[in-house]
Amino acid sequence: MTQILFKDINKEGLRTMKVYEELGGYQSLKKAFAQKPEEIVEAVKASGLRGRGGAGFPTGLKWSFLAKDVFPRYLCCNADESEPGTCKDRELLLKNPHLLIEGMILCSYACRIETGYIYMRGEFHDLSFIMDKALDEARAKGYLGKNILGSGFDLDIYTHLGAGAYICGEESALLNSLEGGRGEPRMKPPFPAVEGLYSKPTVINNVETLCVVPYIVNEGAESYAALGTEKSKGTKLVSVSGHVKKPGNYEIELGTPTSELIYNLAGGIQNDNKLKAFIPGGSSVPMLPASKVDTPYDYESLAEAGTMLGSGALIVIDDSINIVEATLRLISFYMHESCGKCTPCREGTRWLHQIVERIMQQKGKLEYITRLEDICDNMSFKTFCPLADACVAPVVSSIKHFRADYEEYFKNIPAGAAS
Amino acid sequence: MSEYTFTADQEKEIERILAKYPVKTSALLPLLTLVQRADQVVSPEAMVAIGKKLDVSPAYVQSVMSFYTMYHTEKVGKYMILFCINISCQLNGCDRLLEHTAKKLNIKVGETTSDEKFTLHREECLAACTEAPMMRVNDTYYGNLTEQRIDQILDSLD
Repeated sequence: MTQILFKDINKEGLRTMKVYEELGGYQSLKKAFAQKPEEIVEAVKASGLRGRGGAGFPTGLKWSFLAKDVFPRYLCCNADESEPGTCKDRELLLKNPHLLIEGMILCSYACRIETGYIYMRGEFHDLSFIMDKALDEARAKGYLGKNILGSGFDLDIYTHLGAGAYICGEESALLNSLEGGRGEPRMKPPFPAVEGLYSKPTVINNVETLCVVPYIVNEGAESYAALGTEKSKGTKLVSVSGHVKKPGNYEIELGTPTSELIYNLAGGIQNDNKLKAFIPGGSSVPMLPASKVDTPYDYESLAEAGTMLGSGALIVIDDSINIVEATLRLISFYMHESCGKCTPCREGTRWLHQIVERIMQQKGKLEYITRLEDICDNMSFKTFCPLADACVAPVVSSIKHFRADYEEYFKNIPAGAAS
Repeated sequence: MSEYTFTADQEKEIERILAKYPVKTSALLPLLTLVQRADQVVSPEAMVAIGKKLDVSPAYVQSVMSFYTMYHTEKVGKYMILFCINISCQLNGCDRLLEHTAKKLNIKVGETTSDEKFTLHREECLAACTEAPMMRVNDTYYGNLTEQRIDQILDSLD
């Protein structure tokens, strides 16, 4: 299987400039500087690359939306990786920081940006030192700074650490946080491409997305577009976790069957238990039952199956657990991480938690299930950002596919216990 | 309230941080982190001093700070144990291991040991799901935890 991002991931010393360059690193810069910035944007468009952070928006298109002739512009790399199940960006940052820097230089050149920030979650404190060291190496080589390689193009990139808030992975909340505010999402429009960081046009891309760009510049858009399926181009890093024998980050061509990820790459289910459910794209997407395990892992096929590819975090659940237990854990997460700005999210997450907890304590009534669905309906698409929708996903999908697991809790309720 | 003073090294670091941004307020989180790493907590005095550096009110500093879970206003132990309890860790038995850890330290989750060595907290996903169950002790990630491994890790910290 073609490896783009993980080709050399376990090479010793990859995070140093020396080894990275020996393996062909930073070769793309000269190629890029020989072209007009717009040509790079067109190449990224033609490659079919889509945002790898969760939303899957076409990357080249995003770049082309920048407000015309408004400067300065900013690039923010979203390294706030916090979506439960997702840990691919951490591996890239830890082992291959120069790949990200190279990708950020290319994006900045293409979009005429002179300042970039890498917004890393606060818990990645040690990784920020690795990144800072790599940035220093790039400065020393003249890959960052003034007049890079005689191109007349200036750029510097800085790391910036958050301080523990899932919501800051949402792009407009990230901007508020980077500006030194509370990480609350902004009303859109205006979109960041028009009014982003410091109200200037801003590109926000996930770590993995930016790491793909050097390949596109080096090998051409067609090479990248030749991988994957007709509509889901290229490769994707998938974090496989949960009840599997060999959890890990795996790079696959989009369109690979989900079963291949679970049973082959990740070694199958622990203790040879039976697969019960899987969450294909991080905790914010609907779960699917085992019967859907052959669904090709790409944007369209997963959408057709009723879920999303999201950030590429495949969480595998076997039949040793009642799905309601896992669902409550996820609701609890979203309740904790709701920023409190929008009422449906702030209150809704709490109500869902209270009701599911009561069900699990065998203090529920059967109509509570309908009430859960009703609350979910009142939370969906009614908030500034998708956190409320993310909380709704596991609840609605667990009721849809595993109603029997909820009903387990209504069996043998002592008389008079329900309230 | 006594005045908070930054050390000469901290002043230098603050200059370096401020140079990253065209707008001073962006340095707020980095400055809070800088202070907490030195003092373990962010005191009201430090909030005033940071506000002065960035031309914002202490109330603004506090409002922003309270949004983020990594800042403390009360002292924590020398080692802060953040135990991930999110889904991938849950599926791999973190609840039992968290209970074991609390029992070993003889505290409840959320508390600090009487010798102020360890504070134990539940934590949401730390982006190391393929190494579940995992915990973060100060800045270090420890994955693939078992009861034995937790004992070894905690015993090795002085």
